[in-house]
Amino acid sequence: MPKGDRASGGSAVSLALRLLSVGPLLILIMLVAAISQLTPYFLKPINISNILAQTAVIAIVAIGQHLVILTRGIDLSVGSNLALATVIGGLVFRIDNSALPVALAMLASATFVGAVNGVVYVYGRLPHPFIVTLATLSICRGLALELAIGHTTMRGMPEWIETVGGSETFGVPNSFFVVLAVALAALLMARAMVWGRWIYAVGGNPEAALEMGIPVKGVLISTYVISGFCAGIGGIVLAGRTGASSPLYGNLLELDTIAAVIIGGASFLGGRGHIGHALIGAVMIGVIRNALNLLDVDVFFQMIAIGLVIVVAVEADVLRSRLEAKARALQAASVQ
Amino acid sequence: MTAPALVVRRADKRFGAVHALKDVSLEAHRGEVLALLGDNGAGKSTLVKCISGVYALDEGEILLEGAATGFRSPAAARRAGIETVYQDLALFDNLTPAQNFYCGHEIAFPAWLPRGLRLLKSRAMDRKAASVLARLKVKLPKLDAPVALMSGGQRQAIAVARATVFARKVVILDEPTAALGLRESRKVLDLIGQLRTEGAAVILITHNMEHVVELADRAIVLRQGRKVGELKPDRAIQQQLVSMIVGAEA
Repeated sequence: MPKGDRASGGSAVSLALRLLSVGPLLILIMLVAAISQLTPYFLKPINISNILAQTAVIAIVAIGQHLVILTRGIDLSVGSNLALATVIGGLVFRIDNSALPVALAMLASATFVGAVNGVVYVYGRLPHPFIVTLATLSICRGLALELAIGHTTMRGMPEWIETVGGSETFGVPNSFFVVLAVALAALLMARAMVWGRWIYAVGGNPEAALEMGIPVKGVLISTYVISGFCAGIGGIVLAGRTGASSPLYGNLLELDTIAAVIIGGASFLGGRGHIGHALIGAVMIGVIRNALNLLDVDVFFQMIAIGLVIVVAVEADVLRSRLEAKARALQAASVQ
Repeated sequence: MTAPALVVRRADKRFGAVHALKDVSLEAHRGEVLALLGDNGAGKSTLVKCISGVYALDEGEILLEGAATGFRSPAAARRAGIETVYQDLALFDNLTPAQNFYCGHEIAFPAWLPRGLRLLKSRAMDRKAASVLARLKVKLPKLDAPVALMSGGQRQAIAVARATVFARKVVILDEPTAALGLRESRKVLDLIGQLRTEGAAVILITHNMEHVVELADRAIVLRQGRKVGELKPDRAIQQQLVSMIVGAEA
């Protein structure tokens, strides 16, 4: 191959890889542009604020899910974990209606479930976290229903929690600020801290991580603990917005959060992705749902649409790893 | 000659009924490339894994700069200054070369925090990694791209260069050119020469006699777990080396 061809082949591959890395954001922007043409109501401040509020829970829980997926794992329990947390919060509220004990109870419950996921997965030497988190998905939902003794909603939440989950500041939902805080904390951990580097290392090559002396078991467990903690924060926000707790909350939230992370551009193959991916994916799901609502499209079609987007996102992931292989080959060919 | 960096004395290792190493001794010196030769199953890998802390010897001893070692893990051997680059390279495809260099040994602050909670000094790591690569004359197209985008030879070079950051005593290379094309092999051989110049004791496992003749100062031949020869390789005795390896010497 003449040198010129090789160089242009290489730049075409790297251009394609760059496009793929900003692809989800581009698609989101195009989506917003297209929808605002179809329905002028879409870009009204009240609707944007609405989308942010509806996306908040998915975004918060997706940030935790994203860390788990970075290590090639999956957390199926987040939805029922969130529901159990709100029910426990609701029970505490009956005894003590101040905000702190209720919020702490929700966080503690959700974090504990996360720790159970991590410890059983790692020390039970399970082949894949799919199994244990599937088990806790079922256990938490059952426990939540049991504890709620037949109630589908338990009314009442401390005022402070209702403010966090349901009120606005300067027209921006408070829950949006919660998303921002969680995202910043996760970003700091993932990008600036040694622990975050280890999460990427374990996701990129678990065997090598062990060889390099990284505490792989601790790193794996920590991602499930954080994912549980995020489900707890999501529970506080959701209970605050609705002013109630329910054993039915968070139904299919595991799928929404996994979809958000993958649509946003993180990889199922491990070690690739950042907080932005989880956020972009969550907003994209929120935008699609909102737009189809505004356009009066059947709710069933929303599920189909999101399913199709997931297929596209996973294909993009596969395409990316193939392009990387191509880039490698081009590198080898260009050594003089 | 100076005291050897690494001494293996009368090493013996059994796996059940299989006698993998029988009374093997060797010395590796700083500023020298020692080739370890042998057919498949001759005991090369077992020997290397004993040196790098994967297996413990049944009998015999391993001395590092005169001190007896009893490594219980590869991490312990690594801490003592023995780095091994296996064929799988143990690289993190999703990380950049500099991130790979320091993975598990991150430069971070403040020191009073537990290691995992410290903040990364990314710029310091980038700078140091770049200077190591420059010193070893390794050229990479981009230092901020993940190693997934780099060729087999570049990846091999990164793995070897990483080993030199932490192993100032012994570097063991397991068939470093096995998966590489001609030009990329050349680069890696140059890199091994560079390691020798810098004063590391290099142990090189390879099947390529050309490379042995070109690069190795001494060669040790294993067959069926025994050391069957130790000689100074040159072109004239290349055939003799091959005969020793397969066990048909005249």
